Amino acid sequence: MHMADALLSPAVAATMYVASGAAAGVSVHRLRKEDAAAHTLPTMAVASALVFAGQMVNYTIPGTGSSGHLCGGMLLSALLGPEAGFLSMLAVLTIQCLFFADGGLMALGANCWNMAFYGCFLGYYCLWRPIVRSRLFAGLGERGAARAKIVLASLLGCTLTLQLGAFSVVLETSLSGVTELPFGAFLALMQPIHLAIGLVEGAITSAVLLFVYEARPELLRELSAQKGISGKMSLKSTLIVLVVATLVIGGGISLLASANPDGLEWSLFGNEDYSENLGLDEEDYGLTSDVASAAEAVQNQTAILPDYSFADSDSALGTSVSGIVGSVLVAAAAALVYALGALLRRRKGAQAASK
Amino acid sequence: MDKLSRASSELREMDALAALSSPIHALHPLAKLLVTLFYIFTVVSFGKYDFSGLAAMLLYPLFAYSASGIPIRLCFRKLRVVLPLVCAVGIVNPFLDRAPLLILGSVAVSGGVVSMLTLMGKGILCLLASFLLVATTSMDSICAALRKVHVPRTFVTLLLLTYRYAALMVDEVGVMSASYRLRAPGQRGLHFSAWGSFLGQLLLRSMDRAIEIYSAMELRGFCGDFPYADCRRFAARDWLFLSAVCALFVLFRAVNIAALLGAWVM
Repeated sequence: MHMADALLSPAVAATMYVASGAAAGVSVHRLRKEDAAAHTLPTMAVASALVFAGQMVNYTIPGTGSSGHLCGGMLLSALLGPEAGFLSMLAVLTIQCLFFADGGLMALGANCWNMAFYGCFLGYYCLWRPIVRSRLFAGLGERGAARAKIVLASLLGCTLTLQLGAFSVVLETSLSGVTELPFGAFLALMQPIHLAIGLVEGAITSAVLLFVYEARPELLRELSAQKGISGKMSLKSTLIVLVVATLVIGGGISLLASANPDGLEWSLFGNEDYSENLGLDEEDYGLTSDVASAAEAVQNQTAILPDYSFADSDSALGTSVSGIVGSVLVAAAAALVYALGALLRRRKGAQAASK
Repeated sequence: MDKLSRASSELREMDALAALSSPIHALHPLAKLLVTLFYIFTVVSFGKYDFSGLAAMLLYPLFAYSASGIPIRLCFRKLRVVLPLVCAVGIVNPFLDRAPLLILGSVAVSGGVVSMLTLMGKGILCLLASFLLVATTSMDSICAALRKVHVPRTFVTLLLLTYRYAALMVDEVGVMSASYRLRAPGQRGLHFSAWGSFLGQLLLRSMDRAIEIYSAMELRGFCGDFPYADCRRFAARDWLFLSAVCALFVLFRAVNIAALLGAWVM
């Protein structure tokens, strides 16, 4: 799930940095407003360090030979609240990225969005809080109902937020244009794998939360604070929200997956023998003016996304052979530069020693 | 060695590397952070078939590694984390993009092969740069740099505390899972019945201790912000490093040095 830098284009990475940065800014602001930052800080740090270490433990899945791992977002937001949970996940992801190369530095914004935002904010506000506050499982008695609600909320929360995360990974990679894999095929590969992972992560998260509920129920904010108060959202409205969200997301996915991205272009510039399409000549289509060509030149100079038409252009064949020869020369230069760097270090070291 | 003890030793190793001294270590942490971000930004902005253009970008990490005395082989161990997803995404390119891009003698190399190699090259270069940053800059210095660019105090202190606790927690979880393994021989991982209590107990115990320690810190005058020792001003050499290296990246991005050299030789 951790994306490497190479999988993102600068434009997508920057957008995701802005999105995650905004979420982090709002979180810091809200914590400050509650004046809770100073008191929750040590708890946040310990909880995020625990998630960091807990993700390295193997949990045996009963009946199978394989093992699963812990999902951090839901656990942290259930224990600390969504804002503090998000910041804690951000700290975990930053340390994983810096010290373990787990996710790139430039991809940090995207990783944070995919793994922390959905789990902490969406998971908390759309699933954890409505379910835990609802009158669900009332027939099981107070404790039984609480336990059942914790399990249901963790399972649903981890599964759905992981699905959203996987969907975002596919979307971001496809928008960055690094893979030839069609969007639909990539999606069909990622979503089922993460469904299984999400269920296991949900089970582990619910096990930890159940233990905390048994030992120290006051730590689970929603359960202790809302005891006896009925939820703001009834079960019925929660279910309606969930169904609508599922339909919107599912519908959106199928539309994106089935649409032929080249359909419009084909219908305009495709085969002139057919009467269904317009059969326009792609080269001559559009207005030509000095301003337009100047603008195109500027756009070509400043384009951040890679140029997709490069493969077909004739000049590519010419430059790439010389490119290979040049690369060998650059490799030789690199060896020289390396030697230069070592020389610099030795000289500095000798200077320091003589002092 | 299991995952936990490897993580623990890697954390210690990075701390030890960052404590060395070299011209690169001595640079201002903010300058290194900005250069690293700009480097990664430049590397990923190369076109997907532009393998030869990417070659010149290898010069900066090579020079910096040799000048800082950090062995490159340490960094290549981390490739096991980076390459799988990059390969998974790139490996289909040769099958789907078969337009010949390059003809070497009688062998036609398809665009997919070039784009796959470029993608892997980008992955490796970005890893080289970010590993270099952490190997030459301590976590305290990175946090000081973040404070300098006005990242909120709450987050920076959280990051620093998490880093300190993470090392302790990894050791603690390592001890716990070692003793669990010794009592449950032949069992792969944690049994279902212990899923909750294993981490839950540690969580409750650690939370109590963390609050106590934090209270003790507050009693001794801690007010939520660390006075960073590495918070010196930008010196002339920091400006020089920042501007020269960034200008070089822009040059490499604008001009395909490898192709130019090749054309000149041929």
